[in-house]
Amino acid sequence: MRTKSSSAPRSSRTEILLALSILVCAFMLTFFVKGYVLFQASMVLSYAIALVGLNLLTGYNGQISLGHGAFYAIGAYTTGILMDRVGASYWACVPASGLVCLVAGYAFGMPALKLQGLYLALATFALGVVTPQLLKYKYLESWTGGVGGIVLTKPSAPFGLSLSDDQWFYLFSLVVTAFMFVIARNLIRSGTGRAMRAIRDHGIAAESMGIDNSHYKSMTFGVSAAFTGVGGALSAISIQFVSPDSFTMFLSISLLVGMVVGGVGTLWGSIFGAAFIMFVPGLAEGISKDAAWGIYGLVLILFMFVMPGGVMGLIARAQTAFHKSRNKGTA
Amino acid sequence: MESFIQQLVAGLATGSIYASLALALVMIYQATHQVNFAQGEMAMFSTFIAWTLIQFGLPYWVAFFATIAFSFVTAGVIEFVVIRPLHKAAELSVVVVFIGLLMIYHSAAGWLFGSSIKEFPSPFSKDAWYGGQLMSSHQVGSIFVALCMVAVLFTFFRFTTLGLTMRAAAQNPGSSRLLGVNVGRMLMLGWGLAGAIGAAAGMMVAPVVFLDPGMMMGVLIYAFAGALLGGIDNPVGAIVGGFLVGVLENLIGTYVVGTELKLSVALVLIVAVLIVRPAGLLGRRIVQRV
Repeated sequence: MRTKSSSAPRSSRTEILLALSILVCAFMLTFFVKGYVLFQASMVLSYAIALVGLNLLTGYNGQISLGHGAFYAIGAYTTGILMDRVGASYWACVPASGLVCLVAGYAFGMPALKLQGLYLALATFALGVVTPQLLKYKYLESWTGGVGGIVLTKPSAPFGLSLSDDQWFYLFSLVVTAFMFVIARNLIRSGTGRAMRAIRDHGIAAESMGIDNSHYKSMTFGVSAAFTGVGGALSAISIQFVSPDSFTMFLSISLLVGMVVGGVGTLWGSIFGAAFIMFVPGLAEGISKDAAWGIYGLVLILFMFVMPGGVMGLIARAQTAFHKSRNKGTA
Repeated sequence: MESFIQQLVAGLATGSIYASLALALVMIYQATHQVNFAQGEMAMFSTFIAWTLIQFGLPYWVAFFATIAFSFVTAGVIEFVVIRPLHKAAELSVVVVFIGLLMIYHSAAGWLFGSSIKEFPSPFSKDAWYGGQLMSSHQVGSIFVALCMVAVLFTFFRFTTLGLTMRAAAQNPGSSRLLGVNVGRMLMLGWGLAGAIGAAAGMMVAPVVFLDPGMMMGVLIYAFAGALLGGIDNPVGAIVGGFLVGVLENLIGTYVVGTELKLSVALVLIVAVLIVRPAGLLGRRIVQRV
């Protein structure tokens, strides 16, 4: 499952063209939909960035995290506190959140170095469950607002642009998302990315090739948390509210679901995963209050058994089948 | 001083529940080296079954044992249907499937029984135990139930042929298979036992925390902490670890960090144990051959 998805044979030129056309479509969306749909679209973008973060850690580096909601929460709260208590501008809050999460992730990643596979999953699972409780902690209440959370206002478009708040923030999110995807893509293709994958595929072999496992692993943890934190920051401004109960275990599991649906260890899969976790719970809510959990559960198990490569795996398979049938035709 | 002892005893009582659930986790870990993230939700679902049976007017102990039997069978079936095909899968796939199970159980419980908080009866009287101020009858009862389970399991694994076969299948599946042991069936049995133990833990904790679909999430974290503290491949360690975590949770919660951060104690404990002594107090150190 891990090896299949990592290197689909596709020339980088088509990939760039595809990415640009997606970007243009996403840009056009600003002017064709409005209000709530735009809000949803911004949320998809924030989830997509968070999923890229989780994918870097779990998909590319093989460290299982079941508690990435915690870093999403730290990102959201950093933005919330900076905007509300300090009065910082929203555009400065987003990188600041990333930075705070980089440090937090690195700090959690250092002890996590000692934890192999299953144990790391266990520790991060506990982290995910504990997060809301930590956010409600009474000595932090003067900053975090306790159970009540923090209310934010959405920024207006600058330079007198005639865009609504929703439109402007969607565009802002889109730029941030594009930027983060470029960083992630370059990171994955660099020597660092190869080192990350080597550690995932065989840690000891990587070590004996001269790769500093602990450095790369804790750094990946930090970078992954930073991505997820940036996603959290965008979501906080989108929703205009942060509160402890938005960051329960369900969020961490949603991120896991998003990664599995999109395809573990794929960059572009994060977009599909993000759309999935944005829209499916809403649809499920129509059936019953708890249906979202059930659907997530079924999806997780079905994907593992039927299409472990996720949506991207399916696309790759379709491509291979297409090429095969074309080759047959010419021969 | 008196309040200290009271907290200590209360810690032992909740510890008995953590110990039971930790024992269930260890049963599965020993056999298959998998951590069952769905263990808590399975126990919660079983407790709902017991609640329904009691609502139908069955006496408590009949419902209790019927639920144990039901949990035994369902856990075995889950092993056969969902877990067995995964025995060679990557770690991540296994974890993902367990999380999937967790969510399905959670959703099914909410769907079938509603997500409102329900009271769950205790078979033990509400009053203090023999008029003493120290502990309630339910606390004594849940410790007793946990110890009973340990005794039964110990006898089963130590003195019966089936128990011996199960241990063999868990420790060395290859050789056991050559000796004619049906390893698959033994694993299924192990899962069944784990399900049954978890169900008992759920029914013991429900009168204290009240019954709702989310009730076992915290308990599961404590049980993880207990299992790791004792050594995740050692059943005796799980019991000791569970009791220790119960006591630590109560004492630290009362005297150090305050009740609202109790769960974080478990997180810190998990990370600390994994870093300082990954094998736990009573576990074997695992040396990996390269």
